[in-house]
Amino acid sequence: MANTPDYSWPPMQDRKVMGQRIKRADGPAKASGRAKYSSDLNPKDLLFAVYATSPYAHARVTKIDTSEAEQMKGVAAVHVSAPAGTEIQWEGSEIAAVAANTEEIARDAARKIKVEYEVLPHLVNEDDLAKAGANAVAGGEEVVGDPDKAFQDADAVHEGSYSIPVITHCCLETHGSVVQWQGDSIMAYPSTQDVTTWNNQLSPNVKVPAANIKVKMDYVGGGFGSKFGPDAWGEVAARLSQKAGGRPVKLFLDRSTEQKIAGNRPSAFAKIKIGGKKDGTITVFQAQSWATGGFTGGGSPPIPYISKQNGMPNYRLVHTPVHINAGAARAWRAPNNQQASYLTCAAIEDFAAKIDMDPLEVFKKVVEYSPKVRVDTYKLQLDKAAELADWKKRWHPRGKGPGGTVKHGMGIGMAAWGGGGHNSQCRTTINPDGSVLVEIGTQDLGTGTRTIITQVAAESLGLPYAGVKLAIGSNELPKDAASGGSTTVGGVSVSTRRSTLNALAKLFEVAAPALGVEPDQLEAVDGHIRVKGSPNKSLTWASACKKIGAGKISEMGEFNSRQRAPGMNDQGVAGIQIADVSVDTETGIVKVNRYVAVQDCGLIINPRLAESQIMGGIIMGISTALFEQRVMDEQTGRMLNDDMEFYKLAGLGDIPEIVVHLDIRDENDKRGVIGLGEPPAVPICAAIGNAVANAIGVRVPNMPMSPDHVLDALAGRSA
Amino acid sequence: MSSKKTPEPARPKSGFSRRGFIRGVGLGSGALGTGLLEKEVTAAPAGAASVAGPGPVPITLNINGKPTKLTVEPRVTLLDALRNHLDMTGAKRVCDRATCGACTVILNGKTVYGCTVLAIDAQGKDIQTIEGLAAPGKLHPVSQAFWDNDAQQCGYCTPGFVMACKGFLDENPSPTLQEVEHGLGGNLCRCGTYVGVRKAVLEAAKAIKAQGGKNG
Repeated sequence: MANTPDYSWPPMQDRKVMGQRIKRADGPAKASGRAKYSSDLNPKDLLFAVYATSPYAHARVTKIDTSEAEQMKGVAAVHVSAPAGTEIQWEGSEIAAVAANTEEIARDAARKIKVEYEVLPHLVNEDDLAKAGANAVAGGEEVVGDPDKAFQDADAVHEGSYSIPVITHCCLETHGSVVQWQGDSIMAYPSTQDVTTWNNQLSPNVKVPAANIKVKMDYVGGGFGSKFGPDAWGEVAARLSQKAGGRPVKLFLDRSTEQKIAGNRPSAFAKIKIGGKKDGTITVFQAQSWATGGFTGGGSPPIPYISKQNGMPNYRLVHTPVHINAGAARAWRAPNNQQASYLTCAAIEDFAAKIDMDPLEVFKKVVEYSPKVRVDTYKLQLDKAAELADWKKRWHPRGKGPGGTVKHGMGIGMAAWGGGGHNSQCRTTINPDGSVLVEIGTQDLGTGTRTIITQVAAESLGLPYAGVKLAIGSNELPKDAASGGSTTVGGVSVSTRRSTLNALAKLFEVAAPALGVEPDQLEAVDGHIRVKGSPNKSLTWASACKKIGAGKISEMGEFNSRQRAPGMNDQGVAGIQIADVSVDTETGIVKVNRYVAVQDCGLIINPRLAESQIMGGIIMGISTALFEQRVMDEQTGRMLNDDMEFYKLAGLGDIPEIVVHLDIRDENDKRGVIGLGEPPAVPICAAIGNAVANAIGVRVPNMPMSPDHVLDALAGRSA
Repeated sequence: MSSKKTPEPARPKSGFSRRGFIRGVGLGSGALGTGLLEKEVTAAPAGAASVAGPGPVPITLNINGKPTKLTVEPRVTLLDALRNHLDMTGAKRVCDRATCGACTVILNGKTVYGCTVLAIDAQGKDIQTIEGLAAPGKLHPVSQAFWDNDAQQCGYCTPGFVMACKGFLDENPSPTLQEVEHGLGGNLCRCGTYVGVRKAVLEAAKAIKAQGGKNG
């Protein structure tokens, strides 16, 4: 190939398939119930596996006897995860697993496993730092500027305590896989956000070369950051399969265990002192914060949010991770950002109320501290969001709204996120019959990855959307990477663009002689290969492909995240959201009336799916802001709401009208593609928490905005 | 209605029983309402064993109009029978205790959570699952509306939502938005597709009416 094709995106106005509101590719399969998730697979001779788990939050296994389980009719294999001597650090820890012919037998057998424990003291709650003892070790003090002097000089100082609890991912499809280990090779069908490297993570644990581990997955029932590796469960499924002579084993966690051990968002607590000028300029921020991510601690929200690295002139921070005897945290849709946004925006709103200023104006001052390239974006967004939320007319000073016992309030939340693209390889095959196959070893989490890859490929080849077939979901395909950090769309769109244009360049070479020009004089438009500037000199796509002859064209394309692709993908987005709520001061019930999101974006491949991502992030956020909280019982060490009736999720009636303003414009488009899975999920607790404070005149410091928390705040009780 | 808990007495040789009588006089479920009595009418088909189990028992389920034979333990739920024994995996197991609706199927015209109905109790009843809504390659108007309105992301809740929506529209063909929110409040989604779902249900109602009210 003589010349490297120009991979840059076609100008916005020239795009024919990209930018279209095409319906999701896997919609019919999902809406008809025919989509087969890994948990739906029932291969021949399947064994069902069930775990026996620890009822104690902290204990030592002193004796384990699996003999009765092993002798049960229908039991094919038993695996002990926690042999005698193992120290258990949280309830729900895996003790042993049984694989049997039916799920019922497996459950019975798991119950027959006799385990004796030496129960040890536990700590399962972190709200009271004083009770954490040795489980809480403060980090170093981080100081910038002269906070003490800044507080002395400040026109106003506000102090407050805030908290946001541990919540669980609560993926609807629990974590697990179907695994078959035969001889020296393993076939795995996991529920994962990472089809490409799942095998690499399993390989060392089972001593099977990664190349011998095949991974396939067509659909995944939710991940949100919690479903990357095989976990212990993938390994145990493999071991059970091997013990059972190579029969496939299905091991998916039950709901209770899922809620306890398959991931959660760390909590964050903070005592914040914030000071500034009468004009709304914040000059100093001080926080003593603590958080838990489970036994390994973790959870360190970047406060003061957005402003910390960029311009907040004075701050003092001390953070204390708290180790507790509960399941470990995992990445949760914009890790640490929700907590940081909530803690920071709550303190800012309270400061605004203290100086009797419209928080919109205070936030406009605060965003001066955001990265320089975002300052104007945030200001525009604040104005746009205020306009869409009818802020000027509907906002009122804190607690001064109209109405009787049901109070109205509005609140603002800020968001930021990275994005970029993950490593991705793509192969495009053009066949002599004109058919096109695009292959990437990626996964579609429900974000629309299938659809947008197909759109990019069709656009690049000058074909209609239906002219491209796509294969994803296997580690035998060209390597992609984990879908995390909103990096998938940035990676796959660029690898697809490059791969399809590389293939097209080859097609130009075989078609050029027939058109009597050099290959670089050709373009692919509307299903034709034609001479640039002479649209009449053309071949149809089909006749051009016939000239491929007996072979086929197959070309790779790659995006390497270490080599940026300016203009093709980018990272760094801003977002502003405004909640409009009603609070019933007699019942404590918060109802979101209307919700506005103004979202910064890059090049949008499919506005329908981009909007769905934003809606999804917001709806999930409303659920967390109103209902969600992991409840741990200090007495027993157990999770009390390890289910879905007491671990509450928002339902259809809890969701208001949501207004999404996606900032599609030329200037943003030129940045290239930016992922939107996480950015819109950041500021909901902040916006709703602030709206509730604005409504009822006092801060409800502890998320979620549940009736008990609201009534506590109204009664002046600290929860 | 204490009879619900009373073990079924041996069926008289004559075949005359209270259930047989009720069936015999031709009282439809409409006349009996939706109380326990209706459930009893259809709970035990003629000839069923009075005590089942504890081991696996052969049963016949009438699924999507087709009698389907299988052998399950009496404790097996309808959901697990469909998923684990019949490879009908449209209905999903999510909460496994009647909270989330992912396992919704339609039993004698009523939406039920498949995780809280025993397979043996579903004998003699008309079981509709999502697999029966439309022929392969075709979409039922409700499924179509879910696709058209992007009322799905990961899609794991979608089959349950579609079945709940179908059952809801069968009972209430012209719902208001408020009725939709109430009527489908028993289904949960984690990805956040509710805005699409609300639109989908209203649009499906219109589409079904446009087809002359025929809803699958």
